[in-house]
Amino acid sequence: MSGAEDLKATPLHALHIRLGARMVPFAGYDMPVQYPGGIVREHLHTRNSAGLFDVSHMGQAWLVGPDFETTARALEALAPADFLGLAPGQIRYSQLLNPQGGIIDDFMTTRPADEALDGRLMLVVNAARKDVDYAWLREHLPDNVTLETEEDRALIALQGPKAEAVLARHCPQAPGLSFMQAAAGEIGGMAARYSRSGYTGEDGFEISVAASDAEALAELLLSEPETAPIGLGARDTLRLEAGLCLYGHDIDETTSPVEAALVWSIGKRRREQGGFIGAQRVLKELAEGTARKRTGIAPLGRAPAREGTEVFSESGEKIGHVTSGGYGPTVGGPVAMGYVKTPFNRKDTPLTLRVRGKDMPARAASAVFVPHNYKR
Amino acid sequence: MSKIYYTKEHEWVAVDGDTATVGITAHAAEQLGDIVFVETPQVGDTVEQGAESGVVESVKAASDVYAPVSGEVVAVNEALEGEPGKVNEAPLGDGWFYRLKLADPAELDKLMDEAAYKAFVASEG
Repeated sequence: MSGAEDLKATPLHALHIRLGARMVPFAGYDMPVQYPGGIVREHLHTRNSAGLFDVSHMGQAWLVGPDFETTARALEALAPADFLGLAPGQIRYSQLLNPQGGIIDDFMTTRPADEALDGRLMLVVNAARKDVDYAWLREHLPDNVTLETEEDRALIALQGPKAEAVLARHCPQAPGLSFMQAAAGEIGGMAARYSRSGYTGEDGFEISVAASDAEALAELLLSEPETAPIGLGARDTLRLEAGLCLYGHDIDETTSPVEAALVWSIGKRRREQGGFIGAQRVLKELAEGTARKRTGIAPLGRAPAREGTEVFSESGEKIGHVTSGGYGPTVGGPVAMGYVKTPFNRKDTPLTLRVRGKDMPARAASAVFVPHNYKR
Repeated sequence: MSKIYYTKEHEWVAVDGDTATVGITAHAAEQLGDIVFVETPQVGDTVEQGAESGVVESVKAASDVYAPVSGEVVAVNEALEGEPGKVNEAPLGDGWFYRLKLADPAELDKLMDEAAYKAFVASEG
């Protein structure tokens, strides 16, 4: 029994239907995979203009402690980023790790700019991992730090080079943010938390509002000529071209942040001192390297190499597999990422992909196929 | 004047004498969405009715293409290598996949005509 009647709906569900979306089940929600324009057009629109994404299925939750340092330290026990170093209004990307150093989930943490919210950190986690994450956090947080989930909010991403101009018309303060900064204020008269962040490789914003304001906010932003609604299909191709990991595919409970090439997200102090669940493996791998590593994989032909495609060395040894792969509309050809035995992850190493029984040439590449366009 | 037949796997085959041209239907192309890669058999290959005879990939997924009829492949649409989007633009025109020399015209009896195919698509919902 997993029919459509069991699926949850986001506050924008009715709007998606009105916009003619093709709906699919995703992480327990009935979500738009594409609108009538199609995935390629939506993808290119986001790279060239401004795309609006409903990401309300993602989990929004507060960590609440008596003061900033207590809450940040509590989170530092569970994830390897430097949370103590967060300035007010700053965001960090990190991962919850299990005792074996595998990734329970990857998530965003915001320290609110508002001093009245001292002691609070806002977390945004993956939809499919909400229940696991919340249970893990509740089990491991100290008694003086609690988790408050927010079930009655929506999250809307506005992404692309024109996102700033669009949002500025309704929120003149928005352009003042740099990448990975957040603020609270009004957008079109609606109370909102907004941040300069996203999952496309483009400049853009993510906006959290009360569920009751979600449709009005989405309609307001969609009324701007630069903005078009974008579904999960293009969200996936955009993040893939940008080299960003998708939980459950590119990272999971067996992969460590070192194997996943996410070392940049581990604080320098944390690398020296450890002190987080999973540190034993992470520190060992930082010192000694890993047997496999996530890398971009550029197929040299036209055929897409999908998730699960086996990767071989030039000498025919099986060295790994593709974890995400498909067609990159901006690249205009196939793009992929996956895990390969080190050192075959070195840039430009010749690789062979076995697609439907046929060997296809490829090479190891940066996973960032389309340069990031963040406003730092 | 060619006659067009359809399969339950959403291929079409246009028959003109003993030459048959194969492609996927407008309904299939619409359902797949943006088509980004097409793999056809090669000229000289023999395909069998109902057997895999290529792949069509959209942004989302790869799907097999089955041969509507048996025969020897005499031409393939090489333009699709560079412009697979032709399948979305003109699935029954420039988006054809390959052409073959019909081995057994009696196989056509197992296929649907346009009216039957339309009813079949409607019944699939």
